[in-house]
Amino acid sequence: MQEHRTQGGPDSADPIIEARNVCVTYDLEHRDAMVLDDVSIDLRRGEILGVVGESGSGKSMLANAMMDAVEEPGITTGEVTYYPEDGGEPVDVLDLPTEELKEFRWEEVSMVFQGALSSFNPTMSIRGHFEETLAAHDYDVEAGMERARQLLGDLYLDPDRVLDSYAHELSGGMSQRALIALSLVLEPQVLLMDEPTAALDLLMQRSILSLLADIKAKYDLTILFITHDLPLVAGLADRLAILYAFELAEVGTATQIAHDSKHPYTRALLQAVPNLDAPTDSMRPIEGTAPNPAHVPDGCHYAPRCPLATRECHEETPPWVDVEDDHRSACFHSDEAEDAVPFDLSEVSDA
Amino acid sequence: MSDRATTTGTTRDDDDIVMSLENVSVDFEKEQGVVESLFDEPETVQAVSDVSIDIPENDVLALVGESGCGKTTLGKTIIGVQRPTEGTVAYRGQDVWDAKDGRGDVTVPFDDIRRSLQMIHQDPGAALNPNRKVLTTLEAPLKKWDPEMSTEDRRARIFALLDRVGMEPPEDYAHRFPHQLSGGEQQRIALVRALLMNPDVILADEAVSALDVSLRVETMNLLLELQEQFNTSFVFISHNLSNARYLAQEAGGRIGIMYLGEIVEIGPPDEVLNDPQHPYTKVLRWATADLDPTAQEMTDPPVRSIDIPDPVNPPSGCRFHTRCPEAREACTTTAPELGEEAATASERCAACHRTDPDHEYWESEPLDGVEAAESPTLND
Repeated sequence: MQEHRTQGGPDSADPIIEARNVCVTYDLEHRDAMVLDDVSIDLRRGEILGVVGESGSGKSMLANAMMDAVEEPGITTGEVTYYPEDGGEPVDVLDLPTEELKEFRWEEVSMVFQGALSSFNPTMSIRGHFEETLAAHDYDVEAGMERARQLLGDLYLDPDRVLDSYAHELSGGMSQRALIALSLVLEPQVLLMDEPTAALDLLMQRSILSLLADIKAKYDLTILFITHDLPLVAGLADRLAILYAFELAEVGTATQIAHDSKHPYTRALLQAVPNLDAPTDSMRPIEGTAPNPAHVPDGCHYAPRCPLATRECHEETPPWVDVEDDHRSACFHSDEAEDAVPFDLSEVSDA
Repeated sequence: MSDRATTTGTTRDDDDIVMSLENVSVDFEKEQGVVESLFDEPETVQAVSDVSIDIPENDVLALVGESGCGKTTLGKTIIGVQRPTEGTVAYRGQDVWDAKDGRGDVTVPFDDIRRSLQMIHQDPGAALNPNRKVLTTLEAPLKKWDPEMSTEDRRARIFALLDRVGMEPPEDYAHRFPHQLSGGEQQRIALVRALLMNPDVILADEAVSALDVSLRVETMNLLLELQEQFNTSFVFISHNLSNARYLAQEAGGRIGIMYLGEIVEIGPPDEVLNDPQHPYTKVLRWATADLDPTAQEMTDPPVRSIDIPDPVNPPSGCRFHTRCPEAREACTTTAPELGEEAATASERCAACHRTDPDHEYWESEPLDGVEAAESPTLND
């Protein structure tokens, strides 16, 4: 096992977005309102990366930081590099001038938020939104609308009906799908999705996820999917990144994380998720509560709740440990996690 | 009044039944603009359609369905907050709305009924007055219902309950404002407020959905403990099958699946979920993600349409036939029935023609988009 913290860990062969030592803070002087703490992660070209964290863990900040969209007075530091297709010049996202950033945000990387109703202008038809977006970015509106109809059809919507509607005339699931279509109309390479299905019914959530898998393949997309719902994204994502209290805890393939997690927080989270197949007595809550952003503990943020915590956990930031190929865990006690927090998925799902 | 109890035809000992709903329907009129109201009759939406159900003492009923399926309306009807358009709602044999209106011979006063049926809401932050300390919020109902009680007694009772739900030290929590509490703690305060009335039934409407994943099991465990200690029944409403199953299974209760105002399948959670009989229950199972990524494939949704039909004009026959992967001609004309025993039975019931191997369904033509060629199979 090799140990390293700041450099190297997340390197991958063909990243499309590379985030290095990204921090978001609301007060540089005091360092005490850190809402994203030294996060380094790659979004690899063509993958679906699931970012999982509880509310207030900083997961939305990560997505916002990736397109330099953290709202004032938040300050983003670190590096975010975007690598265009076909070896184009890498883009330093945090350094882009306003005008270029605007283009970058829709044409290269676009974002879908939770709650489509608030993303649409209530006085403009859905068609208006598509046309306005295309015109604002100097795209051919006619060709763009053709693409829009196709995208809407791909998302099981009737293009004519939806384009002529206003957002409030559509159900939550329909307007959320229309929003996904809108975010793809300028042919971006990357789609950042922040809880895109959270306000929807389970059936609609799963349906949208299965449509996303199809759309990703059809349009050659890279997707970052942020959610608090681990099981929801586990089947869709290639890799999962677990965020706890503003820092990354563990990164690995979906299978590695679900079957073979080496971080005590991830394992506790897996235990705590109500699951249809597991015996009910195998589900256990996580003791304690998540820290307040103004009083983040020194050392490992999870240490106060962790059964494995030792003195160094409370004092020092844990190193990244490569536990397996492509699987890293930020924990001093990675090799003990399995015994300390027992969780066996194969037992659980065969029950 | 006494003959009402004997005509309900329940098999259970009637003393055990707290709430009994018979053929209850709830209609809502759609809102209209001023101009519309001059020319058109208001459209009505049937939120709950002909539901009969009994809630025994110390029971858990988990209602699951998509938004707009009427689960909250049915829940509110069960606890006597929503007046049914048709059918009767009885509390221990006393018709709730007769008691409210003072009709007939009222044996249980409406105030007593009201107090025995409590509710906790989805968003605990919105359910608590932000300008009031926890103690003031909790004292209000006691002052209203028992003005004779001394301040010390009142506080002792509140502190004891706070202690019981794990908020220690209670004196500290009692003097906080809601914003000084976490979401899970706010939800516990809402629960304490409901429990202070010693209720027979508590309606928990999406009470854990707003909480973080890691807090859900903890909160549900608390509900289960309290149910045992206080002999309270819970009607637990959720759109999440996993949460509903956890609570119903642990409590030995029932799970009821709702679709467009109707209960389509009801029974013990392991029967309903491990061997679903209604195609809609199977669809909900598909929609519930498995924790194991290798076990879940991103398959297409097993419904013919992923959007819910307009509830103003529910489909004829079986209301699910427009989306059902198994629908045939027979489903468009005749509505399947859940069966009379469904209100009380501890066995599973499903409202689907496919459960009857002799039904004309098996002879009729599959609808567009339905895979054909299947003969009746006895599911056991």
